[in-house]
Amino acid sequence: MSDHHDHDHARTFQPDHTEPTSDAALLGLALRELLISDGHYTAQEELRMMDAMQKASPHNGALLAARAWTDPDFKHRLLNDGANAIKEMGFNLLPIEFTVHENTDSTHNVIVCTLCSCYPRGLLGMSPAWYKSKNYRARVVREPRTVLKEFGVQLGNDVEVRVHDSTAELRYMVLPQRPRGTEGWSAEQLAAVVTRDALIGTQRDLDINAVAD
Amino acid sequence: MKQPSKPHDVGGLAGGPIDPGEHDIAYWEWQIDAMIRLALKKGLISDFAEMRDGIERLAPEDYERLNYYERWATSLAHTLLGKGVVSREALDAKVAEIRARQSAEASQ
Repeated sequence: MSDHHDHDHARTFQPDHTEPTSDAALLGLALRELLISDGHYTAQEELRMMDAMQKASPHNGALLAARAWTDPDFKHRLLNDGANAIKEMGFNLLPIEFTVHENTDSTHNVIVCTLCSCYPRGLLGMSPAWYKSKNYRARVVREPRTVLKEFGVQLGNDVEVRVHDSTAELRYMVLPQRPRGTEGWSAEQLAAVVTRDALIGTQRDLDINAVAD
Repeated sequence: MKQPSKPHDVGGLAGGPIDPGEHDIAYWEWQIDAMIRLALKKGLISDFAEMRDGIERLAPEDYERLNYYERWATSLAHTLLGKGVVSREALDAKVAEIRARQSAEASQ
């Protein structure tokens, strides 16, 4: 990202990026220009949409995790009816179903979309490239422990791994374990140590000295 | 070993190393993404299943060759052509126009 801290949102979209030249990219851009010139949507609507897309970030998911750690009733609702519970925090994925899976000492959860790239974007922002990669999608359901090890997650044999395969109609998020040494922390302080990868499940232990972006 | 019936159905296949690096989303990729969301919002496509269907109908070699946003762009173009929202002629003309614009900019 650039060093600019002004309010020109378009700047953060890296307009200086190399112009695409592939046939498929140009087909997409040609379609975009046609839809705009035919009046199906305006350039202004496009900017607003991109702005909204950029505003969704893993901090949203982190806020949910932190509240779940500090409010047992909310945690119960989040784990049992995720789609409605997140509305209390001003988030909404409906009509898509949304389920949160809790990590425990004996269970580790990780999410994937083997068929495509389904991801709770409103809560985690744009998905990382590896999440959409064929290798992650193929392997995490076949050899989850090996894949997790590659991401730095060492699991003992006593820890069960559950892989959740998302669909267009169903999204998942992982509720990581609250890190030790955070007794008395506020939900805000807690949210700051929750990372995107922990909410996906490719990270297990949160670092309380690291503050997430 | 499982053989995928379609190229997108990769769950459980063997695979190579996962590149865990972050990569920036290019401006044109944001535009494609926004276009899909707006097409949905404006009712040009009925749901994401329709988009996914377009991707799942890509030829295996195209699925392999195209990157993520190229697949979505191709899928949406095929879908909207099929629905008559845009015409092949208009789309081809626009592609030619963008190419000409790009080479004019490059030669400046």
